[in-house]
Formats: sequence, C-alpha cells, structure tokens
Amino acid sequence: MELPQRQDLYLDHFESIQSTLSQEPDWLKSLRSAGMECFSSHGFPSLADEAWRFTSLRELAQIPFEFAEDLDSGLDGNDLSGLQFASLNCKRLVFLNGSYRPDLSDVFGVQGLTVSNLEAAVVHSPEVVEAHLGRYADQKDNPFVSLNTALSRDGFFVNLESGTRLEDPIHIVHLMSDSATPIRTHVHNLVIVGDSCEVDLVECYLGIGNNVTFTNPVTEICVGNNSKVNHYRIQNESPNGFHVGANDVQQGRDSHYRGLVIDLGGQLVRNNLRCVLSGEGGLAGIDGLYLLRGRQHVDNYTTLEHAVPHCDSRELFKGILDDRSSGVFRGRIIVHKDAQKTDSKQTSSNLLLTDRARINTKPQLEIYADDVKCTHGATIGQLDANALFYLRSRGIPLQAAKGILIFAFASELFEGVKVQSLGQQLSRYLEEWLSASQSTEGVYRQ
Amino acid sequence: MLEIKDLHARVGDQVILRGLNLKVNAGEVHSIMGPNGSGKSTLAQVLAGRDTYEVTGGTINFNGADLLDLDPEERAGEGLFMAFQYPVEIPGVSNTYFLRAALNAVRTYRGEEEVDAADFLDLVSEKTELLKIGKDLLRRPVNEGFSGGEKKRNEIFQMAMLEPKLAILDETDSGLDIDALKIVAEGVNALRSPERAIIIVTHYQRLLAYIVPDQVHVLSRGRIVKSGPPELALELEAKGYGWLDEENTESPTAAQSRG
Repeated sequence: MELPQRQDLYLDHFESIQSTLSQEPDWLKSLRSAGMECFSSHGFPSLADEAWRFTSLRELAQIPFEFAEDLDSGLDGNDLSGLQFASLNCKRLVFLNGSYRPDLSDVFGVQGLTVSNLEAAVVHSPEVVEAHLGRYADQKDNPFVSLNTALSRDGFFVNLESGTRLEDPIHIVHLMSDSATPIRTHVHNLVIVGDSCEVDLVECYLGIGNNVTFTNPVTEICVGNNSKVNHYRIQNESPNGFHVGANDVQQGRDSHYRGLVIDLGGQLVRNNLRCVLSGEGGLAGIDGLYLLRGRQHVDNYTTLEHAVPHCDSRELFKGILDDRSSGVFRGRIIVHKDAQKTDSKQTSSNLLLTDRARINTKPQLEIYADDVKCTHGATIGQLDANALFYLRSRGIPLQAAKGILIFAFASELFEGVKVQSLGQQLSRYLEEWLSASQSTEGVYRQ
Repeated sequence: MLEIKDLHARVGDQVILRGLNLKVNAGEVHSIMGPNGSGKSTLAQVLAGRDTYEVTGGTINFNGADLLDLDPEERAGEGLFMAFQYPVEIPGVSNTYFLRAALNAVRTYRGEEEVDAADFLDLVSEKTELLKIGKDLLRRPVNEGFSGGEKKRNEIFQMAMLEPKLAILDETDSGLDIDALKIVAEGVNALRSPERAIIIVTHYQRLLAYIVPDQVHVLSRGRIVKSGPPELALELEAKGYGWLDEENTESPTAAQSRG
C-alpha cells in the first residue's frame, strides 16, 4: 500500500510559524504565503512530471523530518576542525543545522562588502533584500523552491557594492548534524553583486555521520554589469542525506558567472541550476562533477537562458558512477527570439564503472533565434582500453592504471579551481575515493 | 633471453601468427621485416601482452619465465618494453607524472626502492638530452597534441628511462623524417649493451642503416620464412617481398615431401 505523502508536515510547520512571521515585513509575508500556496497545490512531484521523471521522491515525501533549526544541533567548533571542505584558509560563515553561528563565523571587515546571515539582513539592509529576494529563484516545475520560500528562516547574505574586488574567497559552510531522528533545513541564500565587482564564493553543504537529513537550500545570485563571479558549490552530506536544492543566477551586461557544482555525498540529490543572461556580452558557465557509489543518485537539472543577444554559455558535466549508482543530467538551453549571436556549448561526459551504474543524459535546446551557435554532446562509456594497455605496458598495475585514468577524467574540472586549498582538498578527496573503490573490475572491457 | 616456439595467435576469427619461432640472445639486435599484414605488429603486441590478440598455441620463454602467463605490467616489471607503433594519447596525465609512476611501478615490482623527486629529475634531464626532448613535452599530457616525430621520440625516451632488458620497437621509424630518425637511432644505439636485446620491427630498411642488427628475419603469413645477416635487409629493399612469397609457397611442399 502506498504511504501518504507527508505534505501535512510542511503545512503544519507553516501554520506553526505564523505568529513569528507576523513581525516580518508585509512583502516577505506575502512571498511566503504564495510559496506555501504553490507548494500545497503541487505537492511533491512524481515520476509522471517530465522535470522529475528520473528522480523518485517517494521515500523523501514519506519521512517525518523535523525542522532542524528548532533543535539543538549539539555541534561546536570541534566538529568543523578536520572536516573536509570546512576550512579553506579564508574567512567563513558557518551555519549548523540551518542556524547561523556567529561564534564560529568570521568578521569580514572589507570595504564595500557586507556578509551576514539573511535574517539580520532583512533588518540591516531591508531595501536590498526586498528588491532581490525571491526574484530569481524559479518556482515553475519546482515545488521545492516554493517550499523553501515558505519555510526558510535564515541563510547567508552577501552584498558587494559596485567596484568591490575581493582578493580572498568567501566560504560558507552549511553543516548538518548526526542526530538520532531525521532532520531538515530550508536555508535561503542571497548574493548581490554590484557592477564591476570580482568575487569567489565557496558554498559547502556538509554532513557529519549517517543521519537521514533533508537539505532544501535555495541560493539566488544577482550579478551586476561587468562583474565576475566564481562560484563553487560542494555537497558532501550524509550518505543517507536527501538534498534538493536550487541555484538561480541573474546576470547583467558583460558579466561572467562560472559555477562549479560538485556532488560527493547524499543518497538522493537534485540540483536545479539556472542562469539567466539578461545583459549583452555575458558569459554563463556551469560545470559539474558527481562521484557516485553504492546506490547514490544525483540529478542535475540545468537551464541556461539567453534572453539577449551576444552572450556565451558553457556547460561541462562529468560523472563517475560506481556500483549501482545513477545519475541524471538535463541541459536545457533557451535562446529567446532576440538573442542573436548566442554561442552555447554543452558537454555531458560519463564514466560507468560497473554494468549496474546508470546515467540518463538529455540535452534540451529551445532556440527561437536564427543566428546562433549551439552545440551539445554526451558521452557515456568505460575507460579507454588502449590507454589502459599503454599504462600497463609501462609497468603500472591495472588498478593503479584505472585510477590514473579516472583521476585524469575528473581533474579537468579541478584545474580551473582558483581557490587553492579547495582544489587540493578536492584532489585528495578524489584520490581517497578511488583508493576505496572496490568494484572497478567491470571497468576494463574491450 | 627470449625464445618463441611455434607461436600461433589470432584476432577474432582471423589467424595471424602460424607457428612462429624466434630466439634472441642478450646483447643482440634483431630486425623483423615483412610486408603489410604478415604479422609483425601482432608479434609485438602479443609480446607486450595485448589481450585483443588470442594466443592459440606455442610458448614464449623470457629469461626463464613463461611470458604468456604474465600480465602486461608484470612483463614490464620483468624488463620487457614495447615502443608503440601508435603511441596512445592520455589527456589529463602529464608525461612526467606518467613516467615517474611507470618507473616506480617497475622498481617496486623488482623489489627496489622508489626514486625520489631529485633523482628522478636528474635521470630525466640526462635522458631528455640524449633524445633532444623539450622540457615542455614533459609537462604536457602524455602524447596529446604531439607530432608524429615527438610521439616516437617519447617512446624511445620512455625506453631510456625504464632501461628494459628486451626492447621491441614496433615500426618506430615509420613516419619519421631523416633528422628524427637519426635521433631515435642514436637513442637506441646508446642503449645497446651486452645485457640488453632489441627487436626492431620495421617495414623499411632505412632505420637499419643507423641501427645495424645482428640478424634480419623475414616474416610472411605468420611465420619467419628467412633469416640472415644485415645484408638481407638490403636485398629486401632492392627486390621487395614478392620473391620470398614464391620461395615460401614452395617450402611447405618441400617439407611435406621430406616428411
């Protein structure tokens, strides 16, 4: 018998916070109400929804997750030390179970830069928050953005005044604890980049232990004219974690946004990643890597939208799938009628290490302009038998040879990482991942 | 050092080697020549352990070991090296990293200590000089974007680094201009020693003007049909391979009548 979806859990939660919300500004209240309305009318998507056809939410919808921000995480600074991706030799902002922890966060103190939690920003920068919050995240086809909008309490807030160029990256850590019961968070993050700014942002979703967690973050990024943003989004949550997130970017004229989305942990992950090029001369790039084993499932649902002429977009997603893991890549490119001279390139490349690993990869081009260049390609395969033989013929044992080739396949994406400590930690993670891999026997076939 | 007896091999349904015999002693250089499709490259690949070729009969003894029983990496560890006719491009792996991994793998196999970074670099500079390999070639991914000549020189460079007991050069000369050919030949000659054997698989006599072999063998239809001194190569160059086929088609009959 089909168990009921726990939609009531979220409706009840929304009811319960009404009194707290009454202190919020009216625009925010109506944003939340609209979100809840949207979520409750859609409910959880099913496999019958085209946008969700390869990712089953049945299990997620049935688990009675508690709102982690109401609970004591039991975490402190010790849990961060030694945790991969929690320290990057730069200043950071820390959220434990969705709650901002000023005691573990740094003060940035850079001219033209405001970094805080969003709850505080609603008070200290009300106009900025009102002008941007909820404007970019796409609720269409994605009730999880609506759910987040209705229930989010906090998140990070970054605001760069025009002309601010940061030397050091901004590091955000969202850490979920290893509690005994299933917990969830709905953080909402907002990044406002003025004109002619430069910033590197590292957004990490991490977990401790094997708890069943549900992270439902939304990050909205508005990139001003002539600004450059490098955004690294690393997810390494509990092996039993659910992660359904959205990242929406709005880009101005001559702006460059490069996102690198890396999924390492979690049992079920869905990332809705979207860039809208709304000023001429812009470049939107989203790259991604997923390293999957066991029964992990990662679904990257990407949309690059060319609203104006003379913009470029680039996408390179790579997957390494071991055991019985599965991956989904959907690359939607929308070129509006006026967006002439669009130059778009999309590549999805996957290594299946076993016969039972699966990948669904699908380009989806919607082109309404006639003078554009859009290319896409997908590869799904095993390791190159010729290259393996070449390495072995020089004395390198089979397992090591496989490791070298897999590492080379993935490391193409690390080469562009400008945050040195992050690049090193990613390489180390990959090496450890490879040395722990047990089922590479299926890799080598003719 | 190497003794091949009655070797039979095929790819899929296609039989390529049909009873090949060859003996190579330490310190010798042998050249194997023959027309296209005679089985030259198959022999090289079978020796290196490529599993697309199925050995259906015969034995290969390499310094007392049953070569056919060893994985490709074990053969390298035992001191066998094949310079590829078509060196493989490996994007994302730098030539230096690859070489060091190979050198250390071979050393580990032999129970020797791994080379440290300083010693490795010393060895690299010594050998790059010998083969006139540019430093940029070392930093670049293995063979990726290399010219034909650079790829072949890189093969001989690897050979120089790994110092094998037996080197098999599979058409290393093809596609090389005369200058590159001389560099490759110098590199190979520098490696000649009483402890080392070299098998040069080639279609042309040209390389043999620079690396003078001790013996020349002619391979035709999967077996060695003629062996002789270096002058045999010149004869082949002058007369082509056709006359051997005629001799060859006669010989089985002769053998039968004798038997």
